[in-house]
Amino acid sequence: MNTTSPLILLIASIFTHNIALTYILGMCPFIVISKNFKTAVGMGVSIIFVVTLTAVINWPIYWLILVPAKAQIVSYLIFIIVIAATVQLLEMLIEKFFPTLQSSFGIFLPLITVNCIVLAVCLFMVLRNYNFIQTVFYSFGTSAGWAFAIVIMAAIKEKLALVADIPLGLRGAGITMIIAGLMAFAFMGFAGMITLQ
Amino acid sequence: MIPIFIMNGILVVIAILLVVAEKFLVTYGECKITINKEKILTVSGGENLLSYFGQNKIFIPSACGGKATCGYCKVEVLSGGGHILPTEEVFIPRKDRLKGVRLACQVKVKNDIDVLISSDLLEAQEFKVTVSQIKDLTSDIKLVYLRLDEPSSLKFKPGQYVQFKIPETDELRAYSIASPPSSENAIELVVRLVPGGICSTYIHEVLDINDTITITGPFGDFYLREDSGRNIVCIGGGCGMAPIRSILLHLKEKGIPRKTMYFFGARSKKDLFFTEELFALEREYPNFKYIPALSEPKPHDNWDGETGLITQVVERLVHDGPNTEAYLCGPPPMIDASIKVLTKKGVHEIHIYYDKF
Repeated sequence: MNTTSPLILLIASIFTHNIALTYILGMCPFIVISKNFKTAVGMGVSIIFVVTLTAVINWPIYWLILVPAKAQIVSYLIFIIVIAATVQLLEMLIEKFFPTLQSSFGIFLPLITVNCIVLAVCLFMVLRNYNFIQTVFYSFGTSAGWAFAIVIMAAIKEKLALVADIPLGLRGAGITMIIAGLMAFAFMGFAGMITLQ
Repeated sequence: MIPIFIMNGILVVIAILLVVAEKFLVTYGECKITINKEKILTVSGGENLLSYFGQNKIFIPSACGGKATCGYCKVEVLSGGGHILPTEEVFIPRKDRLKGVRLACQVKVKNDIDVLISSDLLEAQEFKVTVSQIKDLTSDIKLVYLRLDEPSSLKFKPGQYVQFKIPETDELRAYSIASPPSSENAIELVVRLVPGGICSTYIHEVLDINDTITITGPFGDFYLREDSGRNIVCIGGGCGMAPIRSILLHLKEKGIPRKTMYFFGARSKKDLFFTEELFALEREYPNFKYIPALSEPKPHDNWDGETGLITQVVERLVHDGPNTEAYLCGPPPMIDASIKVLTKKGVHEIHIYYDKF
């Protein structure tokens, strides 16, 4: 079993091992939905919610059902299906009980079903042998780190839209990739702090 | 074997869970959709406005099939629609947002809802039609003749369009009617093969004589304003020919004495079509002048007409701007450039009507 302290995992997954900036995962919404600060916050919150929830559900399914039955081979399929079902269920629950939330971040839920970081977190938790508590902290940290990155990106892009004269060919995805690169450099400053195996 | 059983077991559990959850969580009950304060549809909530309109034979134009990518299905929601979604914001300018304009495909019906639809759209109907003839106009443009079966006549204003439904799909594409309104029982569409376009490929490759298809219409606010006496300038490119041909034929049939010029831009002679017909029209109808212009005439074209970009030709030949109204149909860059030239010539912006595609 992995022995990293959950707290270290939390900090590492937000800063030194930020999933968007060091693993370059979850790029589609990172590029597309980062035009506007408010929507970026909505997307970030939805990701935190879904990633944490699906990791927490997938952990027992993997360790308590698939491993004892020696059925790890189908884990990818199961993870994806569980993610899709959870998002569906979440959508129904939110619509029923929190209609106001629905309009602000419920609409991002269907987009998240196919986001790679949701699956990536489930796969990392298996690969690195995290226990349940570690998984909770790791999944929350990873998604919070991603949300953090997209919110910073949106803030920078909003500011750029106001003041910068970006060359025509770089507008849109081009400048986003450059900003992401610079942000990744900045996050490299945290690198020596903690090393995850 | 065991992994398969485990997987199926988990799938069954998840499926049951979702079905049960849906039964208990998704209950909207009966909702009333009030249209223009008079017509009431009673539906059992949960779907979007656009699909309820479709089920009730109200045909709101939509080209993307409810994915919020075309922005055609605008309606005014007076109450009960909830807050505007970020997916819609791109298509709806700020001043329309205040009026409550929404995309019908993005408004989920959860309670009673009050909407305004322009009365033109309520007149749109669904028609069963039969393909009676298909003709090649150029190497990539075909003329499709459709005979109306049920209902058997279509009343439209010259310049309006219909939506063509690709059989066995939910895909709709808009095509302007190229025939004049006087032929109510049969219409003609001009279809250019768009590389990778699913509907134009269908029409060019699959569609055959005697096929029956479904169209809806008429739609569009690009049509001839008959209540004015101003001179008319039409500018078209490619299959932007279609609505303008309808307008011209209508002008001639009604014997309307307004001075009319039609500028048609093409690359070389092989991209011109209906040329004979339009020059014949010019002879029969003295107010009318057809001015095709080639931007890149080939040596073997033996072209002695106008050359250059269509906007340059318009700039040279249009005078009396303030007493002119313009109908433009073609690709967006052509239209934008033409609007600039026309306003420079003194044509009032409110008298410039256009259809971009």
